[in-house]
Amino acid sequence: MKLPIYMDNHATSPMDPRVFEAMRPYFTEIFGNSASRNHSFGWQAEEAVEKSRKQIADLIGATPKEIVFTSGATESNNLAIKGVAQMYAEKGNHIITAATEHKAVLDTCKHLEKDGIRVTYLPVQTNGLVDLDALKDAITDKTILITIMYANNEIGVLQPIAEIGKLCKSKGVLLHTDATQAVGKVPVNVIKDNIDLLSLTGHKIYGPKGAGALYVRRKSPRVQVTAQMDGGGHERGMRSGTLNVPGIVGLGEACAICNAEMAQESKRMSYLRDKLKGKLEKELDEVYVNGTMDSRLPNNLNISFAYVEGESLLMGINDIAVSSGSACTSATLEPSYVLKALGAGDDLAHSSIRFGLGRFNTEEEVDYVANKVIDVVKKLRELSPLYEMAKEGVDLSKVQWAAH
Amino acid sequence: MAYSNKVLDHYNNPRNVGSLDKSDPNVGTGMVGAPECGDVMKLQVKVNPETGVIEDAKFKTFGCGSAIASSSLATEWLHGKTVDEALQIKNTDIVNELSLPPVKIHCSVLAEDAIKAAIADYKKKTGSRQEQMASQ
Repeated sequence: MKLPIYMDNHATSPMDPRVFEAMRPYFTEIFGNSASRNHSFGWQAEEAVEKSRKQIADLIGATPKEIVFTSGATESNNLAIKGVAQMYAEKGNHIITAATEHKAVLDTCKHLEKDGIRVTYLPVQTNGLVDLDALKDAITDKTILITIMYANNEIGVLQPIAEIGKLCKSKGVLLHTDATQAVGKVPVNVIKDNIDLLSLTGHKIYGPKGAGALYVRRKSPRVQVTAQMDGGGHERGMRSGTLNVPGIVGLGEACAICNAEMAQESKRMSYLRDKLKGKLEKELDEVYVNGTMDSRLPNNLNISFAYVEGESLLMGINDIAVSSGSACTSATLEPSYVLKALGAGDDLAHSSIRFGLGRFNTEEEVDYVANKVIDVVKKLRELSPLYEMAKEGVDLSKVQWAAH
Repeated sequence: MAYSNKVLDHYNNPRNVGSLDKSDPNVGTGMVGAPECGDVMKLQVKVNPETGVIEDAKFKTFGCGSAIASSSLATEWLHGKTVDEALQIKNTDIVNELSLPPVKIHCSVLAEDAIKAAIADYKKKTGSRQEQMASQ
C-alpha cells in the first residue's frame, strides 16, 4: 500500500490509464482541427470527436447530436442556465434552484438576478433532499427553468430527478441538472428522467480535466440555448471554439469505461463505503452521517465526528487526502453552506469529513483510513473540552457561549 | 496550508492536556469561544495563594491545529509565572512564537482571552474568599 492515500474523488479523480492511452495519439500524431473539412487531418479528428459524442450519449441515454462539448461542468452549467434565461426571456423570467447546489449553479443564478431574472433558492430537508411539494408550489407561470443537481458534491445525496422531471414536463418547465457527480457512478437516463439539459465533466470520472459536455435535448421539446461565447459557430452554434480533441477523446473513453463497468464498480464502491462507515460507527460514539443513506452515491460518505474540529482531524490524518466542511479549511472561514442547509447546526459542519471513494481505492486502504481516523478522533476527543462536558452530562446547546 | 514546525510539535505532543478541579479555591477556569465558531478553549491555572505563582496550568481545546498549539503554548508559558506576569502575555507573542499566518491570528487572540478568563475566575474566587474572611 502506498501513502498518501487519495480518497477525495469528489474533488477530482486520477485518470484511468486506459483513458490516457486513448488520448495519447491525439496530441502529436492526430492533431488536426475537427472543423477542418477539406483534409484527412481534420477528418480524423472529427471522427474521434464523433466517436466520443456517441460514447457520452450512450452513457446518459441521449443521441450524439444532443451533446455539446465544453471545458467542463462549470461552463456547462453557465451555458445551460444563462443560455435558457436569455433564449426563453419572452416566455418568463423565473428560475428555481436549491440551496445546496454547486457554486457554479448558485453564482450563475446570482449573476442572472442582476439582469432581472427572479430566482427561488429552495431550502432542502434535513436529509438533504428537495421537498417535491415545495418545488411544485414554487412554480409560477413565469418559471422557465428548474435547475437541481443529480448528486450533491459534498454529501452525495441523489435528488429525486425522475420525479422532478415528471413535474417539469407536466408544467412545461425546462429541467437542467448538474450531474457532474452522478454520471458514471449511478445510471442516468435523460429520456426516463425527462431531463432537458445535463452538465457533466471528464475529471470526476477518471477522465481528463478541461473536457466536459452539456446535453441539450433536441426532441419533445427541442431545447435551445443562447451561446455565451462568440466565434466560429462550433457545436451547432451553441459553443464556439476549436474543440479540445484529446480531451474529448478522453472524456468519451472515460464514459465508455463507466458504461461498461458501472454496475460492478458501484457494488464495489458501496461495499467499501459501508465497510468504512461500519468501522467508524463501531469504534466511535457520536458520529453522524450527513444526508440520507437511502438515496446516495455509492462512493460517498460525509460524516461528522462530534466534539472534534475538522481541520485538526485532517492534520492528524495527513497521509490521507479527504475534505472537511470545517470553516478553517475554507477560504471564507465559513463552514460548509451545504451542511448548514441541512440545519444540523454549525458545530457539526465544523466536525465533518467527506470521504470520496474511487475506482483505484483498495480494501486495504479503506481499513487503513478507518483505523487512522478512529485513532486521531479518540486522541482529539481527549483534548476536547466539549467531549469532556458532554460526558459529564452537560447539554452543550444550553451553554451560554461567548461567540467571537 | 503549511503548518510551522512549532505548531506541528504542539499538535503532535500537546503539553499540559487535562483538567484541574474546578471547585478548588486556588484554581481559576477560563472557557472561551463557541462550538458553532469552530473553537472552544478551556484553560485552567492553579495558583499558590501565598506567592501568587502559577504552579500548574492545563488546557483542553476544540479547534484547529493552530488553536490547539496556541493553548498548549500558553499553558507552557504560564507555569512559574505570577498572576500579574501572566496577564502580560499578549496574543502577538503567541503569533510570533508559532509563526501563525494571518488567518490563524484569532487562535492566538482566543488563547490570550482564555488566560485572562482563567485569572479573572481565580481572582473572583480569592476576592470572595477575602470578603468572607473580612466578614468573619
